[in-house]
Amino acid sequence: MTDKDRPILETRSLGKRFSIGTRFSAEGKRTVHAVDNVSLTVWRGETVGLVGESGCGKSTLARCLVRLYDISDGELLFEGEDITSKSLSELRPLRRRLQMVFQDPSASLNPRRRVGDLVAEPLRIHSKLSSSEIKKRVAELFDLVGLLPDHVMRYPHEFSGGQRQRVGIARAIALNPDLVVLDEPVSALDVSVQAQIVNLLADLQEKLHLTYIFIAHDLSVVRQVSTRIAVMYLGSIVEEGPAEEVFAAPAHPYSQALISAVPVVETTPSGTRKRIILTGDVPSPLSPPSGCRIHPRCPIAAERCRSERPQLREYRPGRKVACHFPTV
Amino acid sequence: MILSVRDLRVSFRTNDGLVRAIDGVSFDLEESEILGVVGESGSGKTVSLLAVMGLITDPNADIEGSIRYKGRELVGLPARELRRLRGNEIAMIFQDPMTALTPVYTIGWQIAEQIRAHRNISKSKAMDRVEELLAEVNFPNPHEAMSRYPHQLSGGMRQRAVIAMALSCNPALLVADEPTTALDVTVQAGILDLVRKLRATHKSAVVFITHDMGVVSELADRVMVMYAGRVVERGSRAELFSDPRHPYTRALLGSIPPLTGEKPRRLPAIPGSPPSLLRLPQGCAFGPRCPVHYEPCATGKPDLEGDTHAAACFRVAQA
Repeated sequence: MTDKDRPILETRSLGKRFSIGTRFSAEGKRTVHAVDNVSLTVWRGETVGLVGESGCGKSTLARCLVRLYDISDGELLFEGEDITSKSLSELRPLRRRLQMVFQDPSASLNPRRRVGDLVAEPLRIHSKLSSSEIKKRVAELFDLVGLLPDHVMRYPHEFSGGQRQRVGIARAIALNPDLVVLDEPVSALDVSVQAQIVNLLADLQEKLHLTYIFIAHDLSVVRQVSTRIAVMYLGSIVEEGPAEEVFAAPAHPYSQALISAVPVVETTPSGTRKRIILTGDVPSPLSPPSGCRIHPRCPIAAERCRSERPQLREYRPGRKVACHFPTV
Repeated sequence: MILSVRDLRVSFRTNDGLVRAIDGVSFDLEESEILGVVGESGSGKTVSLLAVMGLITDPNADIEGSIRYKGRELVGLPARELRRLRGNEIAMIFQDPMTALTPVYTIGWQIAEQIRAHRNISKSKAMDRVEELLAEVNFPNPHEAMSRYPHQLSGGMRQRAVIAMALSCNPALLVADEPTTALDVTVQAGILDLVRKLRATHKSAVVFITHDMGVVSELADRVMVMYAGRVVERGSRAELFSDPRHPYTRALLGSIPPLTGEKPRRLPAIPGSPPSLLRLPQGCAFGPRCPVHYEPCATGKPDLEGDTHAAACFRVAQA
């Protein structure tokens, strides 16, 4: 591609606040920092995986990145251009280049419209193609995602979950986007179908030179698709680096616990893997702990962690961690 | 022998025809044994256990075969008798703890009610027992938790409360249907540890239903793999994971991306999707997706062949 050195997407200290309650509710009006001070750079052609427990803000961040949510703090840059506070009409030309695939394909497809029509919709809105050209393009897209030409006339309920997700993907790539944000695209699918969709995404990335931001709670799937991963906790990134490196040697105690908790199929008798158990639950983002936000659950927390919040810093080219005592 | 299921068949009459949800399932369960049941949606793993619990009340359902609990036949047992067993000797944990708890009563009240339904003890005695149970499932502050409502607890805590409820009467058999699917991996690890610990302390036999091969390999003593209402392979954990025989088991294990080591460029995926139970293929149900199917698979349904480690496949029988 043309400019490899310029990031396709960049966030600078991005934050998203929601206010909940009213001044009449028991606790009064309060603010949740769902995403807090996230600086992430996404390069063309790579796949950045976002992982973390539920409630860590990964989906909120994804929605901020495609401006489905308005951004509260910081900046969002697309190909170097600041799009943090662009109006809806200003964003329109960008929408075709920035697409999103959602978790539940049955919820994101209108049940009363034929799938061919659903895939044609973005083309009708954003392109100046004639109806016969649109028809041709839809057929092309169906072929690309592995659906049969006569599927065009069917309704979403006539498909299996995997096929429906293929429709969702066809819709997202219809306008030749540059960046696709995938929010849990395989979580709702059966195990035997997940691998098909993971392979399809890899093929499309190669063919169409796509950049992905991939969110999933299944860590082995994230490792498979991602070139880089970012681990999130309570709205902030705590570790970032090349996927295989982070999985092989996580530096942050939270990443270590997260990765060690994944149950894996072992043919040898169990007990070869050491598990780090985090005590307690994710605290409410309404009242985050002082200092390092993980310290109440961290096995190696020290006095300093209770008072001073560690910043995300690069300790080695490509590897970043936000911890006072990382394993490096 | 705690549980012995023989040739269990469950079918539902629907407007679209007869759905054979379970088509001849047999298995045994010994005391303090954990049986992992793996399968995708529609494989019949949940329905078979609902049948064991006597929870299929649909008038259009037909249940055939035999389910013996400690030698006693459960199929055809009157609802009153079943109620005496359920929650007492046989307990169940569901995927979504919110559906198992009522939002309008405190956790302590709900667990105490369960105990008092089966034991003749005073309310205050029951409440003492609840506190013990909550401590046992690792609630940090059991006394305070008793007065909490379900919505005040996190998902993992709610599932612990449901487990405490299931254990309240020292069940001999615990059926867990995807109890960790809705939870984060970190919380899941804690729940799995808990199930292991309880098996040791309460000597309960556990049937653990899941779609996650990783969970099964960490927890189960024996494993049963289901596909389209039939058992396609069963064996001990070691047998099944070191020497998977059925092409479906092999393919399922192969399609899981590795967490360590070399990353494959492409995952070995299984083509197609699980069949609809209304339109099951003739012969072996996995045939149309199977990489090694040949003529006999198109007509006959293979039976489980083998003693402890068995697979229902003509290829395996032939080899």
